Amino acid sequence: MFCDRAIELVRELHRAPEGQLLAFNEDGLRQVLEEMKALYEQNQSDVNEAKSGGRSDLIPTIKFRHCSLLRNRRCIIAYLYDRLLRIRALRWEYGSVLPNILRFHMSAEEVEWFNHYKKSLATYMRSLGGEEGLDITQDMKPPKSLYIEVRCLKDYGEFEVDDGTSVLLKKNSQHFLPRWKCEPLIRQGVLEHVLW
Amino acid sequence: MTEELDLPGQDSDGGSEEVVLTPAELIERLEQAWMNEKFAPDLLESKPEIVECVMEQLDHMEENLRRAKKGDLKISIHRMEMERIRYVLSSYLRCRLMKIEKFFPHVLEKEKTRHEEEPSSLSPEEFAFAKEYMANTETYLRNVALKHMPPNLQKVDLLRSVPKPDLDSYVFLRVKERQENILVEPETDEQRKFSLVTREWRPSWRIRNPWLC
Repeated sequence: MFCDRAIELVRELHRAPEGQLLAFNEDGLRQVLEEMKALYEQNQSDVNEAKSGGRSDLIPTIKFRHCSLLRNRRCIIAYLYDRLLRIRALRWEYGSVLPNILRFHMSAEEVEWFNHYKKSLATYMRSLGGEEGLDITQDMKPPKSLYIEVRCLKDYGEFEVDDGTSVLLKKNSQHFLPRWKCEPLIRQGVLEHVLW
Repeated sequence: MTEELDLPGQDSDGGSEEVVLTPAELIERLEQAWMNEKFAPDLLESKPEIVECVMEQLDHMEENLRRAKKGDLKISIHRMEMERIRYVLSSYLRCRLMKIEKFFPHVLEKEKTRHEEEPSSLSPEEFAFAKEYMANTETYLRNVALKHMPPNLQKVDLLRSVPKPDLDSYVFLRVKERQENILVEPETDEQRKFSLVTREWRPSWRIRNPWLC
């Protein structure tokens, strides 16, 4: 039946758990576009037939194909737009540099969209005043305490704290560090907040 | 810190005059704007003056902390205060940005059709961000899908495809001063009149805009 492939695309998204970005289904997209082309061409010829040959019995079929075309378009746009929203969420989760695994799941145009988005966001944040603006991708949770106990999950190297002293972040070492400094590293997976 | 901040305000003639706020009052205004924004389903009026003043305030506090004596207990307390303020400000701006992204065609349309005297719901920077977001998304959809589609289907009306904010959703109100006989849902047959008395968080009345908060 028509629109099967389009519905498959949407179903694929529906199956993926919240926020997860699967590989870009280029084949699926191409197939839906091909179906649309075929439907359109059939409609073109039928419309000509109906007009010149007086075949008004073709009109229901034409309408039906048109509905399928609209459905296909809607499904495609839903698929693409939903993926954009997931990609947008990645910027807020991982920061400007995405892990490679995720980049492989994105198409070239999606990567371009992502780059434009993060540039727009950066421009906006910089304009918020002060010297460098305000990074609103930080401070995602209300601050409970000034310093937190963190454990290092990977070797990171030297890390400078506010008053000039630096700490060596080696795997499995634990430190008591200012919360606002740790937040980006926690999100990147370098540090882990130790809760007693 | 007892210095006062200048905030552009409006007098009854519509001209601006400087309204002087203490830092505490400024933070209270910020928190109020933040609560309103979080609870409202649509994008509220932008408050660039508050954002600017709060940023200035944070810079000021940072300066003071840099000059303070090391190891002073006050440093920790002030730092905590700064963190909290920064959290509220970030959360407020994030909330706005999320709404801008979610309703981007409607937000831009509203700005386009706004009258001169009406206050804008977008700051100039938010407006630029919204336009870029729209252009970016439109270009992407066009290049990946729409231009490969049959000619009569290549145009998509984003105003119709993207859902509008649900202005009929329920909101919480806090009454600030006593008002008699407020009409709720004036279009329905049962016109109920209430006296609203100051109380904490009276739940859910259906109103178009949370103008009492």
